[in-house]
Amino acid sequence: MKRRLGLAAFATGLLASAAIAHAEGELNIFNWGNYTNPELVKKFEETYKIKVTITDYDSNDTALAKVRQGGHGFDIVVPSASVMSIWITDGLLLESRPDQLENFKNVDPEWVNVSFDPGRHYSIPWQWGTAGVVVNKTVYSGDPNTAAIFLDPPPELVGKINVIPEMSDVMYIAIAYAGGEPCTSDLAVLKKTRDILTAAKPKWLAMEYSTIEKFAKGDFAAGVDWSGVTLRTRMQNKDIVYGYPKDGYPIWMDNAAILKDAKNVENAKLFLNFIMDPVNAAMISTFAHSASGIKGAEAFMPEEIKTAPEVAIPEKFKSAGKINLACPPEVQELYTRIWTELRK
Amino acid sequence: MTDVAKAGETRRRNDIRDRWLLSAPALTLIAIAGTGPLLIVLIYSFLAPGSYGDVKWEFSPNGWFNVFLSRDIFDNTVSLADAHYTIFWRTLRLALATTVLCLLLGFPLAYFIASRPPGSRSIWLFLITIPFWTNMLIRTFAIAEVIRNEGIINSLLMRLGLLVAPVQMLFTDFATLVGMTYVHLPLMVLPLYASLEKLDFRLVEAGYDLYASRFGVLLRIIVPLTRPGIIAGSILVFVPALSSYVIPLVLGGGKNLMIGNLIELQFGQGRNWPLGAALSVTLVLVVMIAVIFYMRNAGEPGGRAHG
Repeated sequence: MKRRLGLAAFATGLLASAAIAHAEGELNIFNWGNYTNPELVKKFEETYKIKVTITDYDSNDTALAKVRQGGHGFDIVVPSASVMSIWITDGLLLESRPDQLENFKNVDPEWVNVSFDPGRHYSIPWQWGTAGVVVNKTVYSGDPNTAAIFLDPPPELVGKINVIPEMSDVMYIAIAYAGGEPCTSDLAVLKKTRDILTAAKPKWLAMEYSTIEKFAKGDFAAGVDWSGVTLRTRMQNKDIVYGYPKDGYPIWMDNAAILKDAKNVENAKLFLNFIMDPVNAAMISTFAHSASGIKGAEAFMPEEIKTAPEVAIPEKFKSAGKINLACPPEVQELYTRIWTELRK
Repeated sequence: MTDVAKAGETRRRNDIRDRWLLSAPALTLIAIAGTGPLLIVLIYSFLAPGSYGDVKWEFSPNGWFNVFLSRDIFDNTVSLADAHYTIFWRTLRLALATTVLCLLLGFPLAYFIASRPPGSRSIWLFLITIPFWTNMLIRTFAIAEVIRNEGIINSLLMRLGLLVAPVQMLFTDFATLVGMTYVHLPLMVLPLYASLEKLDFRLVEAGYDLYASRFGVLLRIIVPLTRPGIIAGSILVFVPALSSYVIPLVLGGGKNLMIGNLIELQFGQGRNWPLGAALSVTLVLVVMIAVIFYMRNAGEPGGRAHG
């Protein structure tokens, strides 16, 4: 009897695997590493009988270079707002009109008519957040909501600061601190920015990306970091606070879009529609510790994430944040030069 | 022409043909995997940067201009590209220091192994190769764990009461140097061992018999005889040290770039591929000059003087 059961189970297993082989098809997602909730993927696979493959990238530049080469086989990519115009003008994305999908009604109106994809003809919100400053309040208990934390640090923080080597975000905050607008080519402002940065650098300890551990364990006491990373850090060390630089800070948004040479366009559309469902959007936020651009997703998010000051920007700091867009090449070159000068 | 001469001529021609055929796979591989990509890099260095990464297919000397010179963005004057020279100089300095440290640490080690009884040498060599079993990245993070403020060394010294506050070792040039020396040491020891193993210890004894001091024996007998090993080891350490990328990022903290990081910056966030390509070619040239310099020195084998 037992043996029979075993056989039956084996046969069912065979049938099941045959069912997967005959599923609706495949979907290849090209996304940032450690950014796609495996449970979300599993739920999608089970709902639509579609096999999902995820490939990681570590920067917008890597993703862009790889897709430009062609022959990548990906269906969905998740570029940041800052580079979205490049993806669109280079003709890399399919004008898939996600704004006509059923669940599009759930997109927060604030994120519908965005400058980097007006009317959302190409992309939908994946996650968004900010870049700001981080302080360990046991080391420095003053106001964290200023870029002076790393640009003109109080003596307690000197030699304990880490600045993420993300040029566009750091330049954004530094230029705002110097009194300029994002992507400015005003040389007076840039000179001031450079002088502020080069004067501050000797007071920094490091410029690196992997910060959670080091903030949690006390290697770093302050710095520049992203909101989602800071939230994860604070969950390990309650003394960490996130500050919104009052002179201006960048907002980033990553957006899911279908590639022009996608082979599984219909499946990709199913996926975009799927993640605009608040329940599913909340799964992404829970995993990535960042805000969702989907209305009603908060209802399905854990309390510690949806009420976190890193995710829900306090009202008084809201106006200082602006979406960070790619600067024109000639401005970019000026920034790279200042950046190289800074890190020489 | 006689038949014999003709046959000889044919044999010679066949011989040459066979040699070409036999070396064809190696030559093809070098062309495809070595020279080809390098040529692409060289071509890219003479193009104009694309708007957002990539290149525009038009000639531009700006990539090369910017390697050596820079036009000040504020007053438009042309001066030497100070940032690049600083970064190149730091890289050269650290690579040289790594080579010297590896040599100083590796030579006694290799000598120790070579002077063991033949049976136990393989065990020592085996121990030397153990670090290769682990990925370099993991070894680098392990060093960071040892020297960080809350790490093994600092907490041990503080517990023993020798330190009041932790010494900042991580994120300094010192940390980079420690990491590079640790990672590259086996590359120095193995060729040194190969040379020392062949060393005729009777010559060392003869030196002592002729009243040479210990230092004299080392400097005038052992070192000249093992010169090929020293040179091979130095090249094997110096070249990868020059293009280190991960170690300065993880242990040096990324505040002060090395050439590898500078090149990555141009291909990544800087979006200036031609400058990145020109910097890469410059690095290749620096390596080539260094290797030629070493090889020249290797050209006069120490053994001949004693032959």
